[in-house]
Order: sequence, then structure tokens, then C-alpha cells
Amino acid sequence: MQRITIDPITRLEGHGKIEILLDDVGEVANTYFQIPELRGFERFCVGRPVEEMPVLTNRICGVCPEAHHMAAAKAGDAVYGVEPTSTAKKLRELLYMGFYFTDHTTHFYALGGPDFVMGPDAPVAERNILGVIHKVGLEIGGKVIQARKYGHTVVEMLGGRKVHPCTSIPGGVTKGLTEEERQQIEAMGRWGVEFAQFSLQLFNDLVLGNQGYVDLILGDVYTHRTHYIGLVDEQNRVNFYDGKVSVVDPDGKRLGKYAPAEYTDWIAEHVEPWTYLKFPYLKQVGWKGFVDGNDSGVYMATPLSRLNAADGMATPLAQAEYEKFYTTLGGKPVHQRLATHWARLIELLYAAERLVELATDEEITSPHLHTVPTKTPTEGVGIVEAPRGTLTHHYWTDERGILTKVNLIVGTTNNYAPISMSIKKAAQNLIHGGTVISEGLLNMVEMAFRAYDPCFGCATHSLPGQMPLEVTIRDAAGDVVDVLSQYCGNS
Amino acid sequence: MSDNGSGKPKFAMYWAASCGGCEIAVLNIGEKILDVDAAFDVVFWPVAMDAKYHDVEAMPDKSITLTLFNGSIRNKENEHLARLLRQKSAILVAFGSCATEGCIPGMANFSSTEEIFTAVYDSISTDNPDGLRPQSEWMTPEGIALTIPEFYPMIKTLDQVVDVDYYMPGCPPESHQIAAVVDLVIKALDGKATLPPKGSVIGAGGSTVCDDCPRQRNVKKINKFVRIHEVANVDPALCLLEQGILCNGPATRNGCGALCPSVGAACVGCYGPAADVVDYGARLMTAVASVIDSRDPDEIEAILDGIPDPAGSFYRFNLAHSLLRAGKPAVSGD
Repeated sequence: MQRITIDPITRLEGHGKIEILLDDVGEVANTYFQIPELRGFERFCVGRPVEEMPVLTNRICGVCPEAHHMAAAKAGDAVYGVEPTSTAKKLRELLYMGFYFTDHTTHFYALGGPDFVMGPDAPVAERNILGVIHKVGLEIGGKVIQARKYGHTVVEMLGGRKVHPCTSIPGGVTKGLTEEERQQIEAMGRWGVEFAQFSLQLFNDLVLGNQGYVDLILGDVYTHRTHYIGLVDEQNRVNFYDGKVSVVDPDGKRLGKYAPAEYTDWIAEHVEPWTYLKFPYLKQVGWKGFVDGNDSGVYMATPLSRLNAADGMATPLAQAEYEKFYTTLGGKPVHQRLATHWARLIELLYAAERLVELATDEEITSPHLHTVPTKTPTEGVGIVEAPRGTLTHHYWTDERGILTKVNLIVGTTNNYAPISMSIKKAAQNLIHGGTVISEGLLNMVEMAFRAYDPCFGCATHSLPGQMPLEVTIRDAAGDVVDVLSQYCGNS
Repeated sequence: MSDNGSGKPKFAMYWAASCGGCEIAVLNIGEKILDVDAAFDVVFWPVAMDAKYHDVEAMPDKSITLTLFNGSIRNKENEHLARLLRQKSAILVAFGSCATEGCIPGMANFSSTEEIFTAVYDSISTDNPDGLRPQSEWMTPEGIALTIPEFYPMIKTLDQVVDVDYYMPGCPPESHQIAAVVDLVIKALDGKATLPPKGSVIGAGGSTVCDDCPRQRNVKKINKFVRIHEVANVDPALCLLEQGILCNGPATRNGCGALCPSVGAACVGCYGPAADVVDYGARLMTAVASVIDSRDPDEIEAILDGIPDPAGSFYRFNLAHSLLRAGKPAVSGD
């Protein structure tokens, strides 16, 4: 038995490790993707007042605290059975669109996009944000910085802080919007729509205009036929903040939609003894291991999944791009993981359009920020779409609203099984008869990872998508034959 | 970014058990990052550059001029890196709430490992009929031993594991404070400024959040505590504590600019104990008692009962570093 350890040594240092086991003839026998960290929020939040959860659970992840803040706020609403004011809901969603705008921009330009803009065969040193700027032009760097700054500004304006916002409470929010602030946000949003369109045009010119890239996207190596989930509104259009979770099978058939409180009818989690992270799956289909297909409960929850699980987008420009996406890629659902990068840009456009809609809503500057809860608190579930997947917070409290039990299923965790499968497939495609194609292996594993934009900040705590890798190759006796390393993030 | 061999001072940053927010806060210092790059060789910073454990192991002792260490010590690997970076660093800064005082994940010290594992691996959504738990070493069917770091029974702060030179509080430290500290260190290296005495808190103020808070204090007394979501109209200009809303401002070190109270939320204490405070919880209790409008012990107790979660409120960020520490001592990893 030969063993290959891929230890992502920097971004995931200590926080993710891949073991590839080869059989006697050098073919891939199995792979293990281990997550070696746990903090246990489910336990130590017990005893805390439920209104603190938006602030406590922020600390699960410094990359996407806004997602935990929103899921916790909605779970708090549900625990008290209180309906926030219309303005409060819109302000929360507005904050969340600012966050999405920044987060999706970062991923495309710094993390996932360079593979396409520079090309998957470009030297490692060029496959980063600087390479993108050199190739596309200096002004694009300024635009990317501007885009991230605008998103952050919206978050800070409404959430009170750049990192770990603090303004959502059961029944509403503590901070409203002045007319002056509203005008600033509207202007940033309108600029953001243009920036998202510019980004889609860039993708169109550089990627879709190149048959080699299209072939890569459509190729089998990055394809898995799984189920998909994503939050949708009443018209089954993608929504990040509210709605029901739509579940579709690998043929695109909708198996149903579940409300937050019904999630345990649909989702279950599998435990393995070699990792701290659990593997969610569709309960009604069942856990059949790390396999594709209609009979396997493995599902994915990513930008691509959200598009697959929905019937369309709720804003006009994003809807047009949605239609083009499926026309170009041959209909729904799209199983090719690399198409996730394109899906993410369509979501970027939606976030910007929705941001403008909310910033121009006449209720947005209303002073009606909060509904005081009057019912006895009991139990509640809050679900939002984190950029990296459906995020579920489930709380139980005593009659004072003190937590007695907490259950969390976080964004990236949804994708633990499919990420593991993508790693295995990349390894199987590259390793034959004991021959290791070193550069190819590293790059293909990286690209398999990056499509998911994994953020083990939620599961553990690494930044999304940046996967510097080290591959240690050992012979059958366990001795190190070679060490290959590669850095693949922005520097 | 790295420029080895230039003779410039060397800089490192590392995250142990953390959320990544400290790293985001450093990246948010914007163009100041360029000053860091100009003044230092960045020799180890997993979030920003490629480097490996064995690169650090190969460095001479004390050869890294400045290391910012964020995150707490949750498992054996965190402790290993803390010891390694202590050995290699001239100045080691406990950076952010997790490293200085344990932060919110430090509240895990109220619970045993088995209680934590039960909450996670026997949750309502988990299908685990055999009661499986993660194993630090597990033999695969292929006959290969897979390992994951051992989960410690208690969270430890950095200074509970190694000697620490400076403490930089905050969850996360505010970017303008980080920029100020970077400026100070660069000036000190040029001989144009003096670093504070070892053991000092840096990148924060010397008083309390109340001193920075725009809300008005009228030395008003209260006769009951209320919870923020239960209040129909929180006065936007008046001290939250004087409105009966528990606010940690009086015990908490300033430095953030009173961000949370400024937007209608109570201070939760992320900047840690104020300058002269030995026990944060005790200080907060004193501050809380001072606004209670009663001298009758029974009545005071009844009013204090209105605080729904005293343990969490008084030790939310600093349990792991407090005198309380919630019981048994930490077990050494080695």
C-alpha cells in the first residue's frame, strides 16, 4: 500500500489534510479528506440568552460572520414567534447583500477566477490576483478594491462593525438608516450593478470565448451527478435571506421544498471516526457513501446548487444571465463543478441589483425597526444562504429564552461529501500505475477545491478557497520519496 | 512579499484556534500593509504567503523580530505552533481576544469534552447509532493509520502555554489600532520610539468603553434589568445601563471607539478587562451594583436575578483566562 499525503500547509495548515491510498498496482484505492478541528459552539452556547446568539455565533467564522448573524437573528425571531417589522427585514437583507457583494467579488478575482483568466496551465506565480491585473489591465485592480470596500461599507453602516456585526436582535434591528446613508448605499449599489456586469463580460470574453476552457468546464473530471439544494422565494427564485429550501434530484426534478422548521425531515448527518466534521446528506434518500447518483443522499449547496434548485433569479439582469447560463451549458441541472464560478458571478449581479432595490425601497429609512416579542419563547430554526451553502441554526430555549440546546449545520459542511468525491475523482484521473503527475495533480485538486469555495472557517477556520498544497509521496515502506509544494492563493 | 536575506527585521503571523476575523482585520488596515511589507521580511504568514512548519523550525532562535499570534490553544497542534513560534520570536504578541483571554470559544471551558462531543455527534440531525466519536488515530480498512490532533479538555490562552511579551485585545482588534501598533514597532526599530514594558497591553486605551461612548450618563439608578429585545423604545442618546440593559462597558477596556453602544447594541466586552481590573466579572458586578436603586440586600438580589445569564455575561470573552477558569486545570499537551 502506497500512501500520498496532501497537506495543505498554509491556508489549511492543521485544518485540512488529504490522504491518497494506492493499491498494489498503483491505482487509487481510496482518499480521505480530514478536518482536524472542532470548537463546539453547539455545546457552549447552551445557557446563553437567545438574543445574544447573533453576536456569539459570529465568532464561528470571521470570513462570513454576517451569515451566522442573520441565521441566528432569524432563529431568534422563530424562538419568540415574532415577526420583525418590514423595515427590519429589509435592513437585514440590505446588509446581507453588501456582504455577498464583497464576498463573491473576492472569490472571483482573488481565488477562483485566476484559473480561468490566466488559464489553468499558467505558471503558479501568475495564477493570482496580480496576474489577473497584469493580463486584464491595471484599472481592474482599482475596481476590485472599490467593490470590496463598498460592500464592507454597507456592512459597517448597518451592522455597526467591519467584522462581527452587532445590530440584529429577535424582532428586528437596533440601527436604522438615515436618508444620507441611504443615498450613499444606492450610489454604491448602482456602481455595483455595473461592476457585476463588467465581471460577467470578462468571464464571457476570456472563458466562454475560448473553446479549451469550455471543454474543461464541460469535461468529466469535474462532473458529479448529485442532488442540489438552495433557498428560494415563493416563485421559486433564488433568495439569500429568506424562503424555503428547494431540493432537486440529479435529473433536476424538484423533490420538494422545506421550511426551516422542517429541516430534520430532509437533512441528516453522517459521522466518520477519522475527522471532526460531519457529512450531511438527504435523509429520505439515505447515506450510501461517497457516490454520485439518484440513489445517493449526497447533495451540494453552492452558487451552482442554488441556480439548479431554483427556477430563476428575482432581478431582471440576473435572470437574463441565468437563462444564458443554462442555454450555453446544455440545460438544467448543470453538474459540472467548474461552472460554479460562472454561477457565482450571476449571483454577484443579483446581489447588486437587489441591493439597489432595497436601497430605493420607500420603507428602508422608516424608524419602525423592531417588534417587541410577546410570546413565550420555545424553539425555532433560522435558515439563510451563506455564500458557501445553506446555513441552519436551530435553538431550543426555556421560558425565559435561555438556550437549552443548539444545533448547527453550516455552509461548507454541506459540501464535505461532494468535495471529498471531487478530490477522489481528481486523484483517480491523475494517478495510474503508481505514476504521479505532480503538477497536474496539484492543480487539478486545487481546482476541484476552489469551485466549492470551501470555508473551513465555519467548519474549522481557514479562509475560503486558498489552498496551498504540499504533497508528500511515500513508498510502500512509508519513507518519503519526494515532497512537492505549491502555493495557489493571492500573495 | 518575502525578501529573505535583505537584513530587514522579520515578521510572522499565525492563527491557532480562531475564526479568521483577526486575519481579516489585519488585511483591512489597507495601505498600511505596504508599510509592513516595506519594513519587514514577512517570513511566515499562512493567510498571505507560502511557508511551512519546517521552514520555521529551521530558523535560528529569536530570529523572527515580531510575531502576531491569534487564536487560542484548542488542540495539540495549536500548542506545538505556540511553542515553536515562542522559541523563534524576539517579540511574541498575543493578538486578539482568543489568544489573550480565550474569547467566546473559551466558554467551552464550562463543559467537558464528552459534553461537547455529545452535543455535536449525537445532535438531533445526526444519524450516529453506534455513538462514533472522532479518534486521534484510526486505522483505515486499507491498513493505514489516519491521525487528527488530540482535542484538549480545556481551551488555553497563549500565555498559559508560553511566555508572552505583549497583549493586543479585541475581537477582532480594530484596524486603526493595528495600524498604530505597526507604526510604533517600525519607529522603535528605527530608534525613534520606545516599546512599552514587557507584559503591556498594546493597541488599546487605558480606560473603559464608557469613556468613548457617545451615550449620556446621568447617574440614574435602576430598579430592574430588561433585555434589549424586550424594550419597545431604547433611548438612542442615554446610557444603556441606566435604561436597565446590561452593558459591559464599565469593565471593558476602551480602544474600539464604543462601536456597539453607538449602534444601539450593548457592549459585550470583546476588548477584555480595563486597565486596572484583576477579575473582569467582579468589576462588572461592582459597576452593575452601583446603578441599582436599592440598599436592601434582598431587593438587590431580586434585581440582579433579572440578569438572565450572569456567568456568560461576566465571563463571555475571558473565561479561559479568568480566575474562575471553570474548574479543573488544563492538561499539558506534551
